Amino acid sequence: MTDSSTLNAFVAIVRRDLLLAYRHRAELINPLAFFVLVVTLFPLGVGAEVELLKRIAPGVIWVAALLASLLTMDSLFRSDFEDGSLELMVMSPHPLSVLVLGKVTAHWLLSGAPLSLVAPLLAMMFNMETDAIKILLLTLLLGTPVLSLIGAIAVALTVGLRKGGVLLAILVLPLYVPVLIFASNAVDAAMAGFPVSGQLYMMSAMLFLAITLTPWPTAAALKMSLS
Amino acid sequence: MIMRFLHKFSSPPYFYWLSGKMLPWLTALLIILLAYGLYGGLVLAPADYQQGDSFRIIYIHVPSAWMSLFVYVVMAISGAIGLIWHIKLAEIVSISSASIGAAFTFLALITGSLWGKPMWGTWWVWDARLTSELILLFLYLGVIGLYGAIEDKRTAARAVAILALVGVVNIPIIHYSVEWWNTLHQGATVTKFDKPSIHPDMLIPLLVMAVAFKVYYGIALLMRCRNELLQREQNNRWVDEILEKL
Repeated sequence: MTDSSTLNAFVAIVRRDLLLAYRHRAELINPLAFFVLVVTLFPLGVGAEVELLKRIAPGVIWVAALLASLLTMDSLFRSDFEDGSLELMVMSPHPLSVLVLGKVTAHWLLSGAPLSLVAPLLAMMFNMETDAIKILLLTLLLGTPVLSLIGAIAVALTVGLRKGGVLLAILVLPLYVPVLIFASNAVDAAMAGFPVSGQLYMMSAMLFLAITLTPWPTAAALKMSLS
Repeated sequence: MIMRFLHKFSSPPYFYWLSGKMLPWLTALLIILLAYGLYGGLVLAPADYQQGDSFRIIYIHVPSAWMSLFVYVVMAISGAIGLIWHIKLAEIVSISSASIGAAFTFLALITGSLWGKPMWGTWWVWDARLTSELILLFLYLGVIGLYGAIEDKRTAARAVAILALVGVVNIPIIHYSVEWWNTLHQGATVTKFDKPSIHPDMLIPLLVMAVAFKVYYGIALLMRCRNELLQREQNNRWVDEILEKL
């Protein structure tokens, strides 16, 4: 173990989680179906006026993305916790924060990334213009990794609990507020024809802040949940 | 010298004894401060030229809003101390602060909406300060919920400390994001009421009330900590000795 570098461990974790997900293909569709369904409910709930739908589309798509990412979040460490592989990760010679980053990366590739790619289709169904859709895609690609990274802390805190689900939502959703605000604001501004670079810089800053900072509390919380 | 005092202070029996001595004095101080602050604020201070007597709710509202942030910081700092040095008392201070802080936040929201109805004509607006205060309440509720959900109280205290620290990093981010979110859409509605200078007759009772709220927090915190200590240390001899005396 000791001769393999930390980077190899990171890649190995990502590959392992992707492979595990590939063996359970049916489960991959669930969060996407949930995302599309929630968005579909809005025209039914608020009425099908084109102008209204166009105006609320960025907010609706982003809130649905938040909920969908929350839904998949609980599975981040759950199965590893139950079959004991999480304990092996904690005991491995590699820093736990790097392994955590690997798990979160795999999780984003399986949940956030496909969700971002489906979103433009939904945006078209809400009659958004192409320019605004591009910005929406960009905000999702910048924002959903932040959701996974922040969510990982709360999941690590609640992984040892039997009823973590509702508690997870209360812990995580307030922390998602900045991402939601900047993302939907950027798309709103793009729809109105204003420049959006400020919001996008802000979201990039949050992404890099989250990549560098969140693995440590997540690792600490995992060690605590296992002790 | 200071370190020796801190070591002594953080030992549960000594803390219990000293806090017992401090409580009557703090209570007396609170009564004096409250009496002066409330009389000065509600009776002596002149009515506001724009808002009449309705402005007097700030003597409750503003101190509790200040405290809501202050208590969160105390909770996070003592949580960090507990996390790093494994000081039992710091963990207890951290978790005992949570529900007091949540109460202050709730009070600030309620008094704010009571004030908003006659002034703005509405109980609630999605103004930047109101929204970030509401999110702060949710952060407190998350902390309380997490503490309640974990069976082993020492593990729970460490989990809560991690969450509080994450929250402390996020509070400025949330605060500014909410502020910018609002100002990009509509003009500020709060600053319109802010006067460049406040009359000293109004200001002094406000500051006295702010100190009174801090003292109240100290009292509530000490009492909660004493209670929590007795529960956690119920198998120790010093607890038995205290209980026998009652």
